[in-house]
This record gives sequence, structure tokens and C-alpha cells, in this order.
Amino acid sequence: MISLASIGEKVQSGLRISDAEALFLFDTPDLLAIGELAASANERKNGKRVFFNVNRHINYTNICVNRCVFCAFSKTPAEPGAYAYDLGDIRERAMEAASQGATEIHIVGGLHPDLPFDFYLEMLRTVKAVSPALHVKAFTAVEIDYLARISGLPVVETLARLKEAGLGSLPGGGAEILGTEVRSKLCPEKISGERWLAVMEEVHEAGLKSNATMLYGHLESYADRVDHMRRLRELQDKTGGFQVFIPLAFQPENTPLKLAKKGGTTGVDDLKTLAIARIYLDNFANIKAYWVMLGEKIAQVSLTFGVNDLDGTVVEEKIGHDAGADSPQAMTREDIALLIGKAGRIPVERDTLYNELRVY
Amino acid sequence: MLRSIRAKIDNGQPLTRKEALRLLTEADLLTLGRLSDGIRRRLHPDNLVTFVVDRNVNYTNICESQCKFCAFYRDVGAADAYLLAEEEIFRKIEELVAVGGTQLLMQGGLHPQLGIDWFERLFREIKRRFPQVQNHSLSPAEVTQIARLSGLAIAETVRRLHEAGLDSVPGGGAEILVDRVRQEISPKKIGWEGWATVMREAAGQGMPTTATMMFGSTEEPADIVEHLCRVRELQADGGTFTAFIPWTYQPGNTELGGKTASGVEYLKVLALSRIVLDNIPNIQASWVTQGAKMAQVALFFGANDLGGTMLEENVVAAAGCTFRMSKEEMVELIRGAGFRAAQRTTLYRIIREF
Repeated sequence: MISLASIGEKVQSGLRISDAEALFLFDTPDLLAIGELAASANERKNGKRVFFNVNRHINYTNICVNRCVFCAFSKTPAEPGAYAYDLGDIRERAMEAASQGATEIHIVGGLHPDLPFDFYLEMLRTVKAVSPALHVKAFTAVEIDYLARISGLPVVETLARLKEAGLGSLPGGGAEILGTEVRSKLCPEKISGERWLAVMEEVHEAGLKSNATMLYGHLESYADRVDHMRRLRELQDKTGGFQVFIPLAFQPENTPLKLAKKGGTTGVDDLKTLAIARIYLDNFANIKAYWVMLGEKIAQVSLTFGVNDLDGTVVEEKIGHDAGADSPQAMTREDIALLIGKAGRIPVERDTLYNELRVY
Repeated sequence: MLRSIRAKIDNGQPLTRKEALRLLTEADLLTLGRLSDGIRRRLHPDNLVTFVVDRNVNYTNICESQCKFCAFYRDVGAADAYLLAEEEIFRKIEELVAVGGTQLLMQGGLHPQLGIDWFERLFREIKRRFPQVQNHSLSPAEVTQIARLSGLAIAETVRRLHEAGLDSVPGGGAEILVDRVRQEISPKKIGWEGWATVMREAAGQGMPTTATMMFGSTEEPADIVEHLCRVRELQADGGTFTAFIPWTYQPGNTELGGKTASGVEYLKVLALSRIVLDNIPNIQASWVTQGAKMAQVALFFGANDLGGTMLEENVVAAAGCTFRMSKEEMVELIRGAGFRAAQRTTLYRIIREF
């Protein structure tokens, strides 16, 4: 018989909880109890320290051959507002980021129908030429699969070339919900969940670290969320290559899916999802709250619900904001350190690979 | 010490100022949440979260008080200064009634010319036209202004307003009930004793009241504790507060500027309010300043009520904070947190469960 007490005992003794137990937590109305379990699981791993990272996002194009129904960002080439940066645009943004003290450039974009593989290599080289110290975290598993196809190279070779050009690690986007049923409704043209995981496995085998995300709050059930996390936990057991899990709250504004579902996620759902992720994903070191989509207040509160990483000072974030995220575009180091400090936690600036840079 | 505080709370004993301050400054957010949630469930065992369908009518933005935290007021000669015509006010109330609203919250500035005659006439006419609407209007600062302009004592002013149709007095303008803080943020407004005097008088004449607190400006944690304890003492001494409503200073377009309180600070103060004010039945979450997500989470940190749907709200909006919520959204939000949702009257009688 599953109960909060039986789950509590497992968590206290550092034992893994089952899928059924994770589902039980999603169904329990006792938000504070879930928070307490997640807080204790997190405290054991990370103490009172909370990471943040000073980065800059560059969304190099919004032109995308996929038409995912949850996305407000993608455009066809002929649509008004469609854009693609050239290398000059990339350089300019990288220089600005470097001058602001960013340690990471986060590059993701749409699946552009015409850009050659060389452009992606040049994009990486361009950033590294601005400053070799900048870590380039770029391309989701979806983009890697696409680049392998346009280059005609196997994934392993594609990754080797990108790595040689300066790729440092990979973000965790494009995971959405990995289960087939939801995925086929949400993003029918996108690579399957199995393919996403297979690409990530190759990424990790190539010696590159990556993140993992989950887009929640749309068509999926709690069981789909647990299934998603189970797949990630299994791959992590195998490769250990995931650095962090980042649940992303669906932003419905301006998306085709808005027609089907109003609102967005609720505060309780956001905190529960982050907390259960912390409890269930015992082999992940870090759980991140992406404040751009959650808002600063919920992101801060999540630090008492198992979260130990706040996505940093994001400059020029377009994807979440196009979908109606009403958070500001950027927070400064001081803003974010203050936010963490006011939650009774110790702000620690990290680099992309979770090395400690400075304790505030 | 936390253990002894917990024991006192379990036994329903009031905390000392020192103990309350200790909780606010040292307790973890989840600890405060647990303590407040226990009291909230003891006082409201029916798992119900309520709200009222209401409208704020800001009859004037002309105000002599010129509080530094306020983005709403205008001086008499300002280009966008206004005083609503009576017909305009009636039209707004008609709209409220049309959507099933039950509460009118009329608040304005401290207008230099509006004496008791103006309010008596208006309130009588509102009562005549809309007898079903609860006139929950003014604030202690406005009542004091009316008394001063009309050369009346507070007791007489309250009596005449009540007789003319004022049903209950909201607790706005409390800000922080510590005069040192009031000197900094609202030096021309009545002091804390002035606020308390009007509320004592209203309670003495049998009128229901509420109490608020605006925090996150220049006060210290000890000032928040002092505020809560003063409200608790007023309540213990014959007060009629039906609810306590803490909300956060919104810095947009204000003279004072600065930042708003963070989410964690809001929830901690909310939880402490529930713990200290165990002699006030209801604690309201402020979705107007916190947004829907935080208001929902607040239901686990002491709040059992979401206040009003506010068909119209101008004061917080003037400071750049413009959350909106419909009745349907409110019901969804409450259910999504695992509670039963109900529409109530100003005095917490349940009108309809959803």
C-alpha cells in the first residue's frame, strides 16, 4: 500500500521511488508534504546551495520545417517575422555577451530548410573566436538529428565535427513528452521519443554532457510525465551524461494548442512537478527552475520545493516570450543572487559543467 | 525555541512579538507553511476556498495625502485628476449587479472638498437603487478626512455614514501600523492610532471591518510583527475584522521606487499572518499583487480566501501590476489546488458552491 509515509521512508533512506509512487505524489493534494520530501532529497545532495549561470541565448533562426502545435516561435520562410541570423549577427551577440561577463552561449533554433551543415560549424567557430573561454552549449537532440541528415554523416561523426568546431555541451530541449501517444499529437513531425533518447545516448558516449527537459501542462497526463521521467532515469543509469533536469511549463499564448486548452500551468502544478522530479530522479544531481517560463516568484519559491538551480541571466530569450511568458527578458547577477539569498539559500555562480565559479 | 513556538501554536496560545519575529526571520518557508496550514485547516475544516464578486469604484484620484508608495493619486489641478459623477458611479454598480456581484468597494483619495453631505447623499441613493449590494467602502483615512472637513467627531461621522448606507469598512490605508514607517512612506496620512480609532468606532457601532497590510517598502521585519500584533490586539478588544489581507508594495510609477517583495517573502508574511492572527477568521491571498500562480500556492500558506474578482481595479494597476481574473478562472484555480470553490458575500455567507 503506497502512502506518503511509505514514500517518505524511502526518500529518507535514499531509496529510489517507483513509477506508481511518483503517480501517487502527483495525485496527492498535500503540496507541503511533497515539498518536504523534495526539500530533504535536495538538501542531502546540495545543502543550501543554489546554482545559477550567466548565459546568453541566441535563437539563430525561427524558420522551422516542423510545425509543433505547442510552439509560438516557428515560422515558414515566407511568413512575416521569419528571420535567420548571419555569422555577423552571431558574432555581435557573442561579443556583447562576453563583455557582460557571460560564461555560456546557449544556441538553439528552428530546423532551417536551407542552411548548410557548414553554417552550424562556422557558428560555433565564430563564438569561440570571440572568446575561447565562452562555453558553447548548442543544439537539441532534434537539431543534431537534423544536422546528421543534412550533412549525410552518422550522428557520431556529426557530433565529432561539431565538437571540433567548439561545441561544449548540449541543452535538453526537444524532449517535450517522450511517450508516443502525446508526442504524435503535439509534434508529429519531430523525431520520436526513442530517437531523442538514442541521440542523447550517442551525445553522452561522445563525451559530451547534456541537459534534459520536459514540456508539461498541455495534453499529457500525470502518467505521461512519470513515463517521461522513467525513460530519462533509465538512460541516466546507463550513461550518467545528463547534468540537470528542467521541467518547462507550457506557455499557451499564440500557439495553435491554445485553441484546445486555455490558461497554462498553475502554480501548484509547477511546484509539484519540480518537487516530484527531485524525488523521482535520484540519479540526477540537479533540478532546474527556468524562471523565464515560471515567473520569478514561483521560481524562487521552488527553491524550497527541491530545486537547486535557477536558469541564469537570460538575455534575448525569444521562444518562451513569443508564447506569452510575462517575465522580464533578463536578470542581472545581482538580481538573481538576491532572489536566491531572500529564499534563505546560498547563491553559487557556476559554469555550464557545474563547476563553482563564485559564492555570493 | 522553534519547538516551544510550535507547542504554543498547537495549544492555541498567542505568540509573543519576539516569537513571531523569530518565526519570520529564522523559520524555513515550509515550516511556516506547515504551521499556518494547520491553523487554517483547524479554522476552516471544510476544505473550502471562497471569493466575492465585487467591483472597486475609485470615485476620485484627487488626494491630499500624496503617499510616496502610491502611483494612483493626483493633485487637484492635474490634467488627469477626476471625480466621478454620481450617474457614472451608478452605471458601474449596475454592471456589477448584472454579473452577479454583491460587493461594492468604493475608495478614493482624500479629496479636499468632499464632506459628509456628499457621501450621505451618494450612499443613500446607492442603497435605494441597489439594496442587494453590500456597500463596503471608504477606509479609516477617508473617514477621518470626511470628519475633519465636516467638523465632526469620528464617532458621529461613522454613525452618519452607517445610517446613510455604508455597511462595512474595509481596512485599506493601514500600510504598516508603525508611525516611524508611516512617516517615511505616507507622512501626511493618519498615524496608526488614527487608523485604530476609526476601526474601534466602526466595530463599536456594530459594523464589520477588515484589516490590510502593505509590506515590502521600507519596513523592518519587526515592524511587520508589530503591525500583526496591533491588529490582533484590536481584534481581541472588541474588533470586528472578518479578514486580514496582506499585500505587497508595487513600486511602478511611484516616488518611493525600489523593488517589490519576493515570492518567498510574500508567502512567509502571509503564513505568519495566519499564525499570529488566529482571532481573525479569514486570511486573503492577494492575486492582484501576486498573480494567479502565487495566489494558488498561497492557499497552502494560510490563505482560505481569494478576495474579490474585482471587475475594476485601478490603484494597483497604476503601479504597473495588472493581473486579471474571471470568476471561472478563480474556480479553476481553487479546484486545481484540491479545494472546493464557493462564492461568498462580504460577510462570508456562502452564496453558491461550484
